Amino acid sequence: MKEIIHLIKKDFILEWRQKYALNGMILYVISTVFVCYISFKLKVSSIEKITWNTLFWIILLFSAVNSITKSFIQEKAGRQIYYFTLANPQSVIISKIIYNIGLMLFLGFLGFVVYFALMGNQAENVPMFLLSIVLGALGFSSSLTLIAGIASKADNSSGLMAVLSFPVILPILTMLIRLSKNAMDGLAFSSSYDEIITLMGIDLIVIALSYVLFPYLWKS
Amino acid sequence: MKKTWWKILTVILLFYVVIWGLLGPVPRQPILNETIRNVYFHVPMWFSMMTLMVTSLVYSIKYLRKGRINDDTYALGFASVAIVLGIIGFVTGSAWGNFTWGDPLPRDPKLIAVEVGMLIYSAYFVLRGSFEDEQKKARLAAVYNIFAFATFMPLVWILPRLTDSLHPGNGGNPAFGKYDMDNAMKIVFYAANIGWILMGVWVSSLVIRIRLVQNQLNEKN
Repeated sequence: MKEIIHLIKKDFILEWRQKYALNGMILYVISTVFVCYISFKLKVSSIEKITWNTLFWIILLFSAVNSITKSFIQEKAGRQIYYFTLANPQSVIISKIIYNIGLMLFLGFLGFVVYFALMGNQAENVPMFLLSIVLGALGFSSSLTLIAGIASKADNSSGLMAVLSFPVILPILTMLIRLSKNAMDGLAFSSSYDEIITLMGIDLIVIALSYVLFPYLWKS
Repeated sequence: MKKTWWKILTVILLFYVVIWGLLGPVPRQPILNETIRNVYFHVPMWFSMMTLMVTSLVYSIKYLRKGRINDDTYALGFASVAIVLGIIGFVTGSAWGNFTWGDPLPRDPKLIAVEVGMLIYSAYFVLRGSFEDEQKKARLAAVYNIFAFATFMPLVWILPRLTDSLHPGNGGNPAFGKYDMDNAMKIVFYAANIGWILMGVWVSSLVIRIRLVQNQLNEKN
């Protein structure tokens, strides 16, 4: 447990020291939203609800893939070996997942604020929309962290990351879009229990599998 | 002649399925008409594909536990035949859909699930292609195989049941067996399932044996 907390702390400190990476991610989110805003020729009020919703999740998906890819290639191979001698592989993956959840929550809410400011608010049940962002951050970071670990072993890691992660993330993404669609239509929480439970279930499976499988990755 | 009995069984079952499936009596259903015979060929492809995917998963787990390179060859062989069966299932399905639903590619959650499944296994092959070292390739591919399988399963089994689907047995539609198939059809249907699953295993065993021989030759050179 202590190990995990130390590792998370280390990740935060590293991120804080290399501010350019964090700033890059923030700018990435803001500029993609802005590109969408410009592309729709500023007539944002005429956007259909489904387009509005899908666009938001695609922006979040791409910023998630972009920011989580870094989680293993950011540090040099030598330093990875150093961690290997110090820490359990299980605590490494859990700390990375928790750190990425934090990062994704931050980026998700930032994206939400910018998106709402530029593209207008079309969600009627805002708390539920926020819940879908929280669940999305959980799902994206838990499933992408292990994939980032796999991709970091290859030479063309960013290309491989996209290929490997999109099919894996699609079940989560479809559930998220349905949940946030319900939120946009202003349905009550009770009508979306199915989606929420399925998302939680997928997240749990994915985290458990990352916990079990990561030691095999770490060895190579 | 050891262990050939199941191959003979496969041949007999499939001859029975093809001949009796095309000639035997079928109930006349509205819209479906004679296309109901496709149930002997379209549905078993998915059963066979699922069987091979699960077998591939088992061999991936075995590889991670024991570290024998042959287990990885087995996992690869089963996965590659599974993807071929998936494509055949997709084609037979869209031919069927063309005549019953009036659209070869309707927007249906099961179709989406299968397209994603094909993407996952294609990604598996891309991943394998990007490593030189045999053990490293095998280990990473095994990890991805297990991980992808776990996210693929909810997509196939849970999501179509939550949404509306054109397929029988999903989204409130009655399952096929309940109304459309009579007893004579059921016998052929079960024979078709067993026959095509055995066929899948047979073909994959051939693929695997070729690969094992190739591995041995590569080692000698």
